[in-house]
Amino acid sequence: MSLFYFVAFVAIFFALMTIFTKNPVHSVLYLVVTFFTLTVHYILLNAQFLAVVNFIVYMGAIMVLFLFVLMLLNLNGDTEPMKSNLVKIMGVIAGMCLFATLLGALRVIEPSHEIVTGNTDIGLVKHLGNVLFNEFLLPFEISAILLLIAMIGAVLLAKKEVKEIKKA
Amino acid sequence: MENIVTQIQGVPLNHYIIFCSIIFAIGVTGVLIRRNVIIIMMSIELMLNAVNLLLAAFSAYRGDPTGQVFVFFIMALAAAEVAVGLAIIIMVYRNTKSVDIESLSKLRW
Repeated sequence: MSLFYFVAFVAIFFALMTIFTKNPVHSVLYLVVTFFTLTVHYILLNAQFLAVVNFIVYMGAIMVLFLFVLMLLNLNGDTEPMKSNLVKIMGVIAGMCLFATLLGALRVIEPSHEIVTGNTDIGLVKHLGNVLFNEFLLPFEISAILLLIAMIGAVLLAKKEVKEIKKA
Repeated sequence: MENIVTQIQGVPLNHYIIFCSIIFAIGVTGVLIRRNVIIIMMSIELMLNAVNLLLAAFSAYRGDPTGQVFVFFIMALAAAEVAVGLAIIIMVYRNTKSVDIESLSKLRW
């Protein structure tokens, strides 16, 4: 139980570091640590499949993609022009307002405190696979098409245009 | 395994909601205060992850696997979004030589 609070604290700390660090590369590394703490949260929830997928897809693939683009664009310095302090303070206040609104909504809703643990191993690969390939077969196939389209779009967008190369 | 289950039952669902709200608010703040497009996209990832964790928490507490399947779909969507988004950022950088979000303000006209 206390492990949850410790990991939650670490996650919040590194999330704050992510958005307040000036160097983009450090920011990416802090975000990796944040995602790792979220993986620990998934394990605490006994959602083992999601923990593994989070570990591989988010920490492995997506963060490496971010780091790769940062290195490709050579942004490894404090080159970013910062916003003025007034805008920063207003942004932080807006974020706090959002959090306060969510908390207020939570107080009104009063979610039930009883814990329904009918089947505690729903997060295992076997159970999730059963659900995924029975009830959610069509969305699963559609997401495969989505990934294909995203891949084509990314290649098309990032490719250099032939005319520009000839001009240069 | 029983150890894990007892640990889940020790934490009220409210605390998960509050924790995910904090992470989500941090993500929104990051979008508002930064000018680097890549960091803005990272903040969006932070928000997506907060929602993912909350869905998984609800799923674990209600004993319903649908929430975790949704998280799986959101992860697939996030991967697609990041690939296309970073490709767009590379295009923008190639044309404007910066990743400052202000350099995109001419899209208004």
